[in-house]
Amino acid sequence: MSVVEGIIAGLLVLGVFFYVAGTVGLLRFPDTHSRLHALTKADNLGLGFIVIAAGLHWGDGWIAGKLALVWLLTLFAAGMAAQLVARAALKAEGGE
Amino acid sequence: MMADLFMLTALCILISVAGALIRAWRGPGRADRMMSAQLIGSGGVGIAVLIAAARSEPAILDVALVLALLAAFAALAFVKTVTPEGAGDPEADEAETP
Repeated sequence: MSVVEGIIAGLLVLGVFFYVAGTVGLLRFPDTHSRLHALTKADNLGLGFIVIAAGLHWGDGWIAGKLALVWLLTLFAAGMAAQLVARAALKAEGGE
Repeated sequence: MMADLFMLTALCILISVAGALIRAWRGPGRADRMMSAQLIGSGGVGIAVLIAAARSEPAILDVALVLALLAAFAALAFVKTVTPEGAGDPEADEAETP
């Protein structure tokens, strides 16, 4: 178990931790908007750690760039989706 | 050994995504069910990245990219059904109200 493999293992554990935190947040939070908040941010952080671990494990620069692109796309998609779903939920509740 | 670690992580994320289905089952509002679908999307992206890293197969990264894109479109489609006239865009509302 070299140092790099230890780092990779640590990053993976962190990634899983934040995914589980996102899921627990989705299940436990009281109302729609706080769930949306937890879900969007925790998952992307978990994905960020996983992307870094995968990049380290793979060792190829181009693939690390492609992994970073996957993460960026998910970040933008989640940010956009969270805004829109929050507005839709607000409108559905009729509140302004 | 490292590839097995990635596969184990993918399994843990799959279990956490399965946990999200409870919200889809119980979710009072349509937005909650949409959120669990969105979590399944981003969990799927994580699993695709992990499997791509475990097998060192760049093709699976394309799967992750497409899944991330489709998850975004799913959220967009949901918003379009709930608020057809515009996505509740404040600027659009101001344009209509005066």
